[in-house]
Order: sequence, then C-alpha cells, then structure tokens
Amino acid sequence: MVQFLQQIVNGLSLGSIYALIALGYTMVYGIIKLINFAHGDIYMLGAYVGFICTVQLGLGFFPALIIAMVTCAIIGVVIEKIAYKPLRNATRIAALITAIGVSYFLEASTQKIMGTSAHSFPDVLGTQTFNVLGVVISMKQIIIFVVTILLMLLLQYVVQKTKIGRAMRAVSVDADAAQLMGVNVNATISYTFAIGSALAGAAGVLVGIYYNTVSPLMGLVPGIKAFIAAVFGGIGIIPGAMFGGFFIGIVETLVTGYGSSLYKDAVVYIILIIILIVKPAGLLGKNVKEKV
Amino acid sequence: MKKLVIALFVFAMLAGCSSNGGGNPAGDGYKIGLHYELTGEVADYGNAELEGSKLAIKLMNQKLGEDKYESVEYDNTSSTTEAVTISTKLVQDGVIGVVGPATSGASAATYQVLDGAGIPVISPSATANNVTQKNPDDENSEVYNSVFRICFEDSYQGAAMAQFAYDTLNAKRVVIYGDSTTDYAKGLTQAFTDQFHKLGGTVVATEYYVAKDTDFNGTLTKIKDMTYDALYIPGYYNEAGLIAKQARAMGIDCPIIGGDGFDSTTLVDLAGATALNDVYFTTAYTTVGASDALQAFIDAYKAEYNKEPGMFAALAFDATNLLMEACEKAGSNNPADIQKVLVDIEFDGITGSFSFDATHTPIKSVLVVELVDGVQASAVSVSPKM
Repeated sequence: MVQFLQQIVNGLSLGSIYALIALGYTMVYGIIKLINFAHGDIYMLGAYVGFICTVQLGLGFFPALIIAMVTCAIIGVVIEKIAYKPLRNATRIAALITAIGVSYFLEASTQKIMGTSAHSFPDVLGTQTFNVLGVVISMKQIIIFVVTILLMLLLQYVVQKTKIGRAMRAVSVDADAAQLMGVNVNATISYTFAIGSALAGAAGVLVGIYYNTVSPLMGLVPGIKAFIAAVFGGIGIIPGAMFGGFFIGIVETLVTGYGSSLYKDAVVYIILIIILIVKPAGLLGKNVKEKV
Repeated sequence: MKKLVIALFVFAMLAGCSSNGGGNPAGDGYKIGLHYELTGEVADYGNAELEGSKLAIKLMNQKLGEDKYESVEYDNTSSTTEAVTISTKLVQDGVIGVVGPATSGASAATYQVLDGAGIPVISPSATANNVTQKNPDDENSEVYNSVFRICFEDSYQGAAMAQFAYDTLNAKRVVIYGDSTTDYAKGLTQAFTDQFHKLGGTVVATEYYVAKDTDFNGTLTKIKDMTYDALYIPGYYNEAGLIAKQARAMGIDCPIIGGDGFDSTTLVDLAGATALNDVYFTTAYTTVGASDALQAFIDAYKAEYNKEPGMFAALAFDATNLLMEACEKAGSNNPADIQKVLVDIEFDGITGSFSFDATHTPIKSVLVVELVDGVQASAVSVSPKM
C-alpha cells in the first residue's frame, strides 16, 4: 500500500509536467487547429533560460521561473509571427511540417550555442523531504504540484473571466465571425501562443530543478507524451489537457511499478490508439457533427 | 529580434563548417576525415571525440614542426543515412583515413562505402559485438579489411563486470536497470546476465529505461523493496548520473556498478559527489595512477578546452594518433599502405597498449574503477573467466 501511494506521488509530479506542456498544445490547437510540434522545444528553452538565470545570474527559484516564462512567451510569439502566420491560410499539412522544421531548428541551435552535453541544474529548492505514513514526499515534488495547480487556476481564470479569454474562445469557435465582431484575431492568436509558451517555459524550469538536468533534446519525449495527454483529454479543451497530463503521468508510473518498465511507453501509446478509436474527440471532447 | 540574431549566428557557423569540407580532390596532402555525431541524439559523444581528435592532430603537427596533417570535419547528425552520404564525400575529399563515428550504428553504416574505397576507418567507440565484420550476427563472417576500432567489445566488458561483482563485491543477487534503446546497453545487459548466471549468481530483475528519460522514481520505488546486493546500470552517464542520484535519495545504498558509459565528469555533475560512493565501472581509461603520456594529454586538453577530458575524448585522441602513427610508419599518404601497417601495429596509447586481433578489435585489459565521493579512487584489472 505504501508503495502504491509512493507511486501515485511519483506519478502526480511527472503528470504535472505533462499537464503544463499539454496546455500549450491544446490552446494552440483550439485556436488555429495547428499541432505545434515545436512546443516541446519551447519547454527545453524554458529550462535553459532557468539554468542561465540560476547559474550565471545567481537568481533564486521564483525570479528564474518568471524570467523563463516571459522569455518563452516572447519566443513563442516570435515563432508564430515568423513561421506560422504566413501560412495561416495554407494547408494544414504545410503548417504542421513547418512546426517540425521549427522544432529541429530550435534543437540544433541550442546544441550549437549551449553545447550538446547535459548541464546540471543547481539545487535551488533544497533536498528536504517529508515522510507521511511511510510515503516519502520531497519539497520539490510539493512545489512542482502547487505551482502547476496555481498556473492552471490562473489560466482558467484568464480564459473564462477576462476579455482576452473571451476573445480566445470566440476565435476558436469561428475566427471570421469573431473578426466581424471586432475581435483582433492576430493579437488574440499571439496572446494564445504567449500564454501556452509561458506555461511550457514554467514546466521547463520545474523539470530542470526537479531532475537537476537540462539538455538540448530534453523536449522531445515529454513533448510527445504531452501531445498524447492533450489528445487523450480532448484536444482543444483546457481541463482535458490537465486531466490527460495527470492521467498519463500516473499510468506511466504504475505500469513501471507493477508491470514492466520496458512497456511503459508502449502502454501510453496503446491508450492513445484506443482513445482515438473509441472516442476520437478525446475523453472530455464532444462529438460535433460538421454541417456541410 | 533575438531569434533573428540566433538564426544569423547559426547560419554563420554552418557556413563556417561547410567551408572546411571543400578540400581538394584525391591524391595530395594528409587529410584526416573526422566523421562524428555533432548534432542529433548522440551529439554529446561525437563532440567530445571531435575535441580529442583535433587535439591529437594539433599536438602531432607541433611535434613534427609543420602543419602536415589537416582535418576534414563532418557532422553525420547521428543518422545512419547521413553517415553514408558523408562517407562518400570523404572518399571524394581524398582523405588518408577516417576517424569516427562515435556510435556503433553510424559506424556500421559507413563501413561498406569506406571499406569499398579502401580507406582505413578507425572508430574510437563502436563497441557493438562483431561490428567490424560484414555480418555482425555471425561471429565467423568476413572482417572488413579497412575497418578498425580501439575499444573493447560490449560482451567482453559486460562479462568482466559480472566477474568483478561476483568475486570481489561478493554480490550473489543483482538487479539490472538498463537503457532499452541502445545496442551498447543491450549488449552489456546480455553479456552481464550470461556471465553472472554462469558463475552461479541470480539476476533478480531486469528493468529498462529509455535514453533521455529523467524520471526514474517509478522503477526505483519498485526496485527498492527487492533483496539484492548490487545494482547494474548498463547505459550512459546522462541517465546513469540521475539514476544514481535518485536511487541514493531514496535510500538504495548497495553498490552501483556500470560500464564505460559512466566515464564522464557529467556523471559527477548530475549525481552529486555524495551519491557516488560504492560505485564501480568497467573502462579502458582511468586517471588513477596516470602515466606521463596520459597526464600530458589531460594537461593539454585542459589548456585547450578548459575542462576535464572524458573517456570519449581520450579514445578519439588515441584513434587519431593511431592513424597518424600508421601513416608515419608507412611513409606514405596512400590509404592502402596505411591499412597494411595498421593490421600489425603495436600501439602504445593513453587508453592502453594494444595490437589488433583477427577482427581488428584491440586486445586490451578491462579496468574496474571505484568512485569515492565522485573521484576515481582505485583501479583493478579484471578478465572474465570465459
């Protein structure tokens, strides 16, 4: 029982990361129907910004987190303006391939500039651990979980209660109609990229600190897992991405704990396939019939 | 704007790289092809080896007092298709020989082209079993004439660690937690398991991770409650460092043992010195009781790159020197003459003295190095009882 609870704690902290990255995927998809494959690399850049802030500038955890989020937001918007905006009316496959290109560009540039080896992240949060009924919970795990929940609540507030959020929802339903109603579609799309990228940046810093390592290709696998999480919960739906992230994180740890670690990724992909067959719109998605 | 600056910067660098590749057609000069993974998944190892190779060429030119040898560098992007393309380019560039690639997969992809052209190719670290042979699944298949490597095979190293764990650490029960994505780790896992069973030990469980994983808590929580005497981690330092750290944090305090993939200062950075006690790994290269030649290499490397060399850099340094030494002995820049010298050479390098066996694999002893607080404290020579 203790081992089970321990695995759930492990799964929750892993799931928090997936959820934060999945939110960016889902927001961008919701608004311009683009699967932004460069998103995992934004997460990697966030980790590097956090690394530079803490190691070279000697800043603490929270300033590093904020700076990484702001930097990633800017990078996200710039990528959108340079790479995706000119293709707004092109075929979806063109935009998708561009996204893959951007992903390679970010990885290779980071390898050239920061070097290919992994850097170790300094221990800015301490190694304090708590023992609750035999379950070991570290301070880092608590902080990751709390920061994730806070950021999600903030996001939910922005999307549901603010003017920008209302504009986002309007654009995601029908961009042309929204424009006719006076919504600045370009600005709204930029905001979406900014917010999604900022969340990925935050995830990057959290991961860097939790596992104390950053490397240029660290975004690859979490990016794909987060994408699965977003599809699982229903791509385009924000609570779906959170739910999907935690679910994938916990499934992965439980498969490792009670099955075989060799199959943990396979199980995650099988879940994706089953979801796509049984409920293509995702767990929380509604099947909307397109009118022709 | 920042993006644009980075873009310009990267393009400038790419342009810089490709200008090295131009070169004259075959026949003149002493060009050494450096064929490494400089970007992509295993770029870390390729870059370390590039540094080792370039240092070797620089020191050799200094010793000769002229700029005799020059390097032709290419990035095979850790991909087998690119590795083939680059091999063809190197043939056109008229190199005297090729050093690289770092990994067995990319190396195997280059052999047909380079061997076909009769150009000697020396891999510093292609450790996969039988990779120098035309059919690696058949250990009796024909050996590529021009293909050499200076590292020992996975099977030899894995068996040596099993022997050490059983005899010296007195471990009768072992848990293996290895990388499922590299031939290197799979080879070590297989060889270790076979030898350990043969000796009468038990492999309690074999768990796997995927290269670039950072979260090992799930598996370690599972392993923690098992009964075993040592944890074997066949894999590279980027993951092994994190596993050691997370395992120690969780209270797993048995000996942690591994292969030469542990050999990097990155391991210490990632795991932290306190986690690296009671850690043993097999290697061909150690800084314990360094010879004068090795110390000279370490000093030169630090002066050149301002960091400690690792095993990959040391192996590449030896591989490059081996090629140049063969070229000097042959007294010619003809690849066929160099190949003839290589087959029978007695080479004295910083990773050991060796000659080649029939499969062009070196005959050298395996060292087991112990880490105390992350520092190499002792090294003993081990040979597995086959």
